[in-house]
Amino acid sequence: MELAIGIILGCCALGAGLCTGIGAIGPGVGEGNAVSKACEAIGRQPESKGAVTSTMIMGCAIAETTGIYSLVISILLIFVAPNILTNILVNAISSLL
Amino acid sequence: MTKKNRSFIALDVLLIVLTLLPIVAVLILKVLTNVPSEGISITGARVFFTLPLPLGGLPITESQINSAAVILSLFFLCLYMTHGIAERPNTRRQLLVEWVVEKTESMVSDSMGSFFAGYAPFIAAILALSALSSLMSLFGLYPPTSDINIVAGWAILVFILITYYKLKGGLGNYLKGFTEPIFIMTPLNILGEVATPVSMAFRHYGNVLSGSVIAVLIAAALQGLSSLLLGWLPGVFGEIPFLQIGLPAILSLYFDLFSGCMQAYIFAMLTMLNISGGFPEDEYERRRQKKLLKKQQKTKTND
Repeated sequence: MELAIGIILGCCALGAGLCTGIGAIGPGVGEGNAVSKACEAIGRQPESKGAVTSTMIMGCAIAETTGIYSLVISILLIFVAPNILTNILVNAISSLL
Repeated sequence: MTKKNRSFIALDVLLIVLTLLPIVAVLILKVLTNVPSEGISITGARVFFTLPLPLGGLPITESQINSAAVILSLFFLCLYMTHGIAERPNTRRQLLVEWVVEKTESMVSDSMGSFFAGYAPFIAAILALSALSSLMSLFGLYPPTSDINIVAGWAILVFILITYYKLKGGLGNYLKGFTEPIFIMTPLNILGEVATPVSMAFRHYGNVLSGSVIAVLIAAALQGLSSLLLGWLPGVFGEIPFLQIGLPAILSLYFDLFSGCMQAYIFAMLTMLNISGGFPEDEYERRRQKKLLKKQQKTKTND
């Protein structure tokens, strides 16, 4: 019983870490690309700085979305999932006995 | 001082008090009903009571009450700002309000086109509501935007508007739009349609929630660190969480101020882009011309 609960908790923590860790790669690369291109554009046309900057921030925020999704999933895995899974396990075992 | 002036000032003060009152009331409610918790605890919004309704109970939560407080506060703020406006601006607040209105109108007509110029009040309302809701966490209150139900409500409202303006091009064209570019893409297109409000809601909610979760974790970590450093002192001195003073404010600057305002801006921007992007302007114009022509012919035959 303790072993099973331990496995549940460990797997939840492992899943949460992997989720945000892998999920943060995409937005990181994407936002880096966006900012580098924006810098190039500003360097080429310094007078368009305002428009480029606001568009870049907008795009960065949208690129961030997938990272935020993975963050939400890991928050759920850490704070919500262990309780629910442990309750399911306890109920299943008590119904077996 | 004339009598009229005095009553004007009295109304001003009354409106300021009414603006601040909802926030103060929510703060008092929070202090009165707060349950001290041991260690790190991240829970959803607290349920105050449940309204018994025929189709299951309707829980009245902290986020609902907080967002109602924000709405009331904004309402009285608007009344205060527009109190005593004149044709020739003579007060500072009128100039400020005119600047805000002009900025919003130019933003809306820039990104939505002249057809949607009347949408400026709606966009401004969404912006102000979202920004103030997120900024509530500065007072230590539960920000309503970190509850997905509140944000999902706004997203559903936007989704209804998007669909309404897509239907302006005719029901047949709307349904035909799902089979573009080829009919095999229909399931994907339907998914994409549903994904718009879902992604809008999750983006806003996830950003605000992650900010508050990180703030709680940082506060707990700083408490642990300061008790580790000062734990050997006897009595009360060992329990002073001196690292918690001021340091979380730096994080709060990013997560509450910058992220909150940013998300409000993005939500409003996406609302504008989605509503005006889905609107088939050529098709609508064509249908309107046709209708006008028909009307003219009818009046001609009647004559």
